[in-house]
Amino acid sequence: MNKISVIIAREYSTRVRKKSFIIMTLLTPILMASMFIIPALVMSNKDKDFKKIAVVEDGTDLFKGSIPNIAEAEFVYLDNVKFNDLKNTFESAGYYGVLYISSEVIEAPNAVQLVSRKQPPMSLLEHINGSLEKEVEKQKMLSYNIKDLDQILKSIHTDVSVQTIKIDESGNTKRTSTTASMILAYFSGFLMYMLVFMFGAQVMRGVIEEKTSRVVEVIVSSVKPFQLMVGKIVGIALVGLTQFAVWVMLTGAIVTVTKVNLTSKNTTAKVENTAQSIIQTNNAVPVDQVSQASLSATQENPVLKAMDTALDQNWALIIPVFIFYFITGYLLYASLFAAVGSAVDSETDTQQFMLPITIPIILGLVVAMGTMENPESSISFWFSLIPLTSPIVMVARMPFDVPVWQIALSMFLMVITVWGAIWMAAKIYRTGILMYGKKTSYGEIWKWLRYKE
Amino acid sequence: MVLFETKEVTKKYATQLALDRVSISVPEQSIFGLLGPNGAGKTTLIRIINQITGPDSGEVFLNGRKLKADDVYQIGYLPEERGLYKKMKVGDQALYLAQIKGLSKAEAMRRLKYWFKKLEIVDWWDKKVEELSKGMQQKVQFVTTVLHEPKLLIFDEPFTGFDPLNANIIKNEILFLREKGATIIFSTHNMSSVEELCDNITLIDHGHAILDGSLEKIRHDWAANEYEVIMAGDVKPEGNNHFSVLNTEYEGGKSNIRLKTDGNDDTNEILRLMAGYGKIISFNPALPSMNEIFIRVVESQNSKQE
Repeated sequence: MNKISVIIAREYSTRVRKKSFIIMTLLTPILMASMFIIPALVMSNKDKDFKKIAVVEDGTDLFKGSIPNIAEAEFVYLDNVKFNDLKNTFESAGYYGVLYISSEVIEAPNAVQLVSRKQPPMSLLEHINGSLEKEVEKQKMLSYNIKDLDQILKSIHTDVSVQTIKIDESGNTKRTSTTASMILAYFSGFLMYMLVFMFGAQVMRGVIEEKTSRVVEVIVSSVKPFQLMVGKIVGIALVGLTQFAVWVMLTGAIVTVTKVNLTSKNTTAKVENTAQSIIQTNNAVPVDQVSQASLSATQENPVLKAMDTALDQNWALIIPVFIFYFITGYLLYASLFAAVGSAVDSETDTQQFMLPITIPIILGLVVAMGTMENPESSISFWFSLIPLTSPIVMVARMPFDVPVWQIALSMFLMVITVWGAIWMAAKIYRTGILMYGKKTSYGEIWKWLRYKE
Repeated sequence: MVLFETKEVTKKYATQLALDRVSISVPEQSIFGLLGPNGAGKTTLIRIINQITGPDSGEVFLNGRKLKADDVYQIGYLPEERGLYKKMKVGDQALYLAQIKGLSKAEAMRRLKYWFKKLEIVDWWDKKVEELSKGMQQKVQFVTTVLHEPKLLIFDEPFTGFDPLNANIIKNEILFLREKGATIIFSTHNMSSVEELCDNITLIDHGHAILDGSLEKIRHDWAANEYEVIMAGDVKPEGNNHFSVLNTEYEGGKSNIRLKTDGNDDTNEILRLMAGYGKIISFNPALPSMNEIFIRVVESQNSKQE
């Protein structure tokens, strides 16, 4: 037992001290966090350049004043100017572009042109489209001569935003976001795939290193090959867990810090607005209005909302399940990788034995991606039970509330398989590590499996 | 007293019989040569001694008791296929190998300091193994083999990769270890080092032990009744009906004469006869080299099998 811990310590410390490990460990959370943060920054950091746009109508002045000015753009209505003239001179006149509205616009909605030097931002186009659409609709409605049209329109205007709420048997409800669950499923499935593959392959490389450097012969004269294999697998698992823990903590910290920053920025804006209205109305405002403003700020930013629901998951179940599948999935694949490593002389010879290992992993990843679209499908169900794919598929299903019996059954099958895989790998490993120079075939490995001690 | 013994050890790999009822017996505080052509089964036997693999039948004894798992602490093994972790520092590596041989970290450190100083390799402590030359790596490996002061040491081709100077240092260390009480199993194809070092040998071929005994006795047994006489001056002796002169060489004022008797080695008679030709400087039985014996034994074994 003591020897295994010496081996574990070596496997762990030599890897953790590597530069590549330290860089990977620190860099990955930054990359992961930027997956959350960059969309948020993009949202809050629009093209702020102020644009002046000339609006020219063809003979009529139906749309005068129908496009309201916004923060980024001002719309200047020009009369008595020919569009064809302005088309060439607008830039020198200080305009960003010319919006030309033809008189046929009511019949032909594409009779509107925006001429500019640069590609106009999406939000500007949406604003113009929306405003003109509304105006055209209004014009059309007006042509029906309905009395009190304005009031009718006002009274029928409705905004609908569907909230998804999960309800369990005891009647507890929970606000959910399918998007957030999907992101989480994708993320967990992919992370599991990466971890199992990365650290499993590290075990294989470690075994090959020992074999090609011939150090293994000295070591197995001191410890049992099984102890060496287990020590290596456990040591690398600890490396993986260390890295994972750092990742989770750093990503969490970065996301939280950014979230606080974003929220406070929005809140300040809101509070300022509120303060302005206070000055304007000269009325005393109750304190809770300010806090309400900050609350509504959180609700309005869609990124913050997604983050909120993401943080709203059943972490108490998801994290332990993830760790369970990480450990067992890793043990399963690491022992298979160790067996492959022991059977070959160099990394280039691994191809033929890697295939039966990589196929289930990749299959698992493919099914996991499908799981996000359809978490209750029977293919997801079966693949989350089959031990070779379950580590990836089950964690991808977790955000969608998997029945407990399915988790339990899947875990049970997993434990049995891991045990079998380690037993088998140990037999191959024991013989394989001392075989040099001979190309190993599947038939050869089958023979090793049947060797007695 | 016998320190190590195998009795009728047999090991089969799939279709191949690697060892067939091999018995060896290694006296305490001696150097035992384990010889044999490539693929004879030496490595298999060494792996059985190290408990890397187990025999299919037969028994292995250390100190008169059956070999048990704990005995790895009593054994030091320098394999022919040797190597170290390339990316690890020399000191860390030596400490690691010592610890899995059961030494505590502090004790390993103390002994390593002694050995590194003795072999003048202290400067290498913080170097990575891949920065060392092959011979330097061998030296480190030698230290890690003997560090836990095992009773039984197994050296498989210990001199390959060393320059003559370092080979000599290692040879003297091996002799010193024996003096201090260690028993050594020495496997090599270098027959002159066998002659220099070994007390007893066993020759294995095709999984069978075909020759064993003390080196002295074997060489005399295979001496084939030949003698070497060195005489002053250029002399041309002739044989009689009991012995014949194989050849005579004159060089540097001395004649080197090789004689072969008919089996009845009456050396006094030969000396008397030779003295008639001139001044005898030396008279020795011409022992065959281990090289000759090796080739003759293995070839006769092969022809027997065909």
